[in-house]
Amino acid sequence: MLDALSEKFEKILKKLRGSGVLTEQNIAEAMKEVRLALLEADVNFKIVKDFVERVGKKAVGQEVMQSLTPGHQVVKVVWDELRAMMGGEKAGLALSSAPPTVVMMVGLQGAGKTTTCGKLARFFKQQGRRVLLVAADPRRPAAGDQLASLGRDLQIDVHRQDQAGASQTDVVRICQDGVRRGTDQGFDVVVLDTGGRLHVDDELMGELVAVKAAVKPHEVLLVADAMTGQDAVNMATQFHERVGVTGIILTKVEGDARGGAVLSIRAVTGQPIKFLGVGEKLDALELFHPDRMASRILGMGDVLSLIEKA
Amino acid sequence: MGWIQRLNKGLTRTRSAVRGSLDKLLRRSADPALLEELETALILSDLGSPVVTRTMDHLRQGLLGTNASQSHTVQTVLKQTLLQALAPATGPTLDDLITRGSKPFVILAVGVNGVGKTTTLAKIAQRLVNGGLKPVLVAADTFRAAAIDQLKVWSDRIGAEFVSHRHGADPAAVAFDGLMAAKARNADVVLIDTAGRLHTKSNLMDELRKISRVLKQGMPEAPQEVLLVIDATVGQNALVQARQFNQAVGITGLVLTKLDGTARGGIVVAIADELKLPVRLIGVGESAEDLQDFHPEPFVDALIGTPQ
Ligand SMILES: Nc1nc2c(ncn2[C@@H]2O[C@H](COP(=O)(O)OP(=O)(O)OP(=O)(O)O)[C@@H](O)[C@H]2O)c(=O)[nH]1
Ligand SMILES: Nc1nc2c(ncn2[C@@H]2O[C@H](COP(=O)(O)OP(=O)(O)OP(=O)(O)O)[C@@H](O)[C@H]2O)c(=O)[nH]1
Ligand SMILES: [Mg+2]
Ligand SMILES: [Mg+2]
Repeated sequence: MLDALSEKFEKILKKLRGSGVLTEQNIAEAMKEVRLALLEADVNFKIVKDFVERVGKKAVGQEVMQSLTPGHQVVKVVWDELRAMMGGEKAGLALSSAPPTVVMMVGLQGAGKTTTCGKLARFFKQQGRRVLLVAADPRRPAAGDQLASLGRDLQIDVHRQDQAGASQTDVVRICQDGVRRGTDQGFDVVVLDTGGRLHVDDELMGELVAVKAAVKPHEVLLVADAMTGQDAVNMATQFHERVGVTGIILTKVEGDARGGAVLSIRAVTGQPIKFLGVGEKLDALELFHPDRMASRILGMGDVLSLIEKA
Repeated sequence: MGWIQRLNKGLTRTRSAVRGSLDKLLRRSADPALLEELETALILSDLGSPVVTRTMDHLRQGLLGTNASQSHTVQTVLKQTLLQALAPATGPTLDDLITRGSKPFVILAVGVNGVGKTTTLAKIAQRLVNGGLKPVLVAADTFRAAAIDQLKVWSDRIGAEFVSHRHGADPAAVAFDGLMAAKARNADVVLIDTAGRLHTKSNLMDELRKISRVLKQGMPEAPQEVLLVIDATVGQNALVQARQFNQAVGITGLVLTKLDGTARGGIVVAIADELKLPVRLIGVGESAEDLQDFHPEPFVDALIGTPQ
């Protein structure tokens, strides 16, 4: 992911690195190119504008550090800002002191919720936690079977009470029952796999609101496909405004998505990106490191190690 | 709700942006700022830069020497340019192909993960059953958890024949069996569901080639249709997907899914324009009946609207 963007950044910053002195003029030129590069990577309009303004201002006002050339310093400003935009420090999943920790997965159809439930369950199991998966998607054909199959592979319990044509109250009840079972049977983590839905589907969004009100999850994780285009912003905004999201998991990151979604979703929700899905298998889950991602976008290992030391 | 209404609803956001600047253009003279605004709206609708550039060129030419009152040229030029770009996207309907094609007619669905392959095949099966034909659904996604069960649930619901092997079996072998079963049972259409795969994974693309090759051993002209399923909410990445899948297995038609959301829609035009591939079907919901043939004109109208 983000390869195209890093290529462009590399070119832009190489030009700057070549110049011994930084003038307002050449910074402005570079910022124009940065703006285009971000837009082409599907990063949202407004976010790009803010970003470019911030970087431009900081770069111009820079005190010259002795260890770095002026060009390097701009790279550092861009890197710092990219990192800040993606959430500064890395954010894992905190477990509640009063178990079970309830995690609710939400997102568009086909984003990767069910698969990611399995990945998270594996992640917690490896830490020695007891995990209960709850099949709360009675609509999609065999969604319950899919979760049950993942549970079997991982030897993790799956709570199911599928019935055809379940209504909203049923989904709420399934989740309540699942959480109750989690509490009664001493599970550490309960993960709720809800069905996919469009953010413009008022009724189905209402179902998530009802589930959330009924089970009061510790975490509501928005699962989003890294290939989502400009619409990522609307989607994330809607889920956040309607349901309230506490974190983001980006999936299918190992492909060649332009990755604008990473930057946009984080920026519009203000919520941290917690994990990346990097494959279809259950071990293909990575903790999200903003600094590593920023470095990957800039794609300049050598320069960055210099800068990190400065 | 009819499909045009649904499509219209899905494309509301795109249309209102394009419409806003268009309507201004229709009222005032075409100053550069307004044209730029329109250009931005078009870019944001995912049309991609080649189509946008061409459209704007045509527009500027069309507007040369005209005054504000004639600006309704804008509407016409825009519509014509988009329709032209979409011209390669209009081919025979799937129904026509099936009627004219040899029997059994083999359809292979391919695409990246989670775009709607399985659901689309179920929808096609439903349509065929409604039309009195006999389809066989073939579960050649032996990789994803419960992918086989998912297709089985659909086939029970629809009342279509179903062929599957065990989880983990060779997808090409399942596909071949599906074809043989279809012949034996005198079925009209074979619908082969494959696992989602990213176009960047060459070993998985090879697997598709193998499926296609093995099918030919059972029937030289098979698969008569290779449908690439594309999620319309994906941005410009869809173009890369189309290119790569086309190179690997030779795509003969496209299906655009999830057009009931807030997809920008313009990507349809971009793909048609670059790859000259016909859009066979569009998906506008999750149920079996939410499948439509693609018609360029209503689509363009949904994309850019009509003057108020
Ligand atoms: N390549 C890749 N595929 C993934 C990743 N995460 C999930 N998938 C695949 O994406 C497809 C959809 O995943 P699901 O987990 O079924 O998605 P979902 O959000 O539960 O789908 P619905 O319940 O239908 O809304 C499957 O083919 C998964 O294997 C990832 O990180 N990389
Ligand atoms: N809103 C909407 N949802 C759709 C449409 N088509 C499919 N879906 C949903 O998208 C999700 C994924 O659909 P699938 O048919 O399982 O996708 P797939 O491509 O077979 O997925 P994998 O086999 O995992 O790669 C499901 O929740 C479907 O109900 C559509 O046209 N509109
Ligand atoms: Mg699911
Ligand atoms: Mg499938």
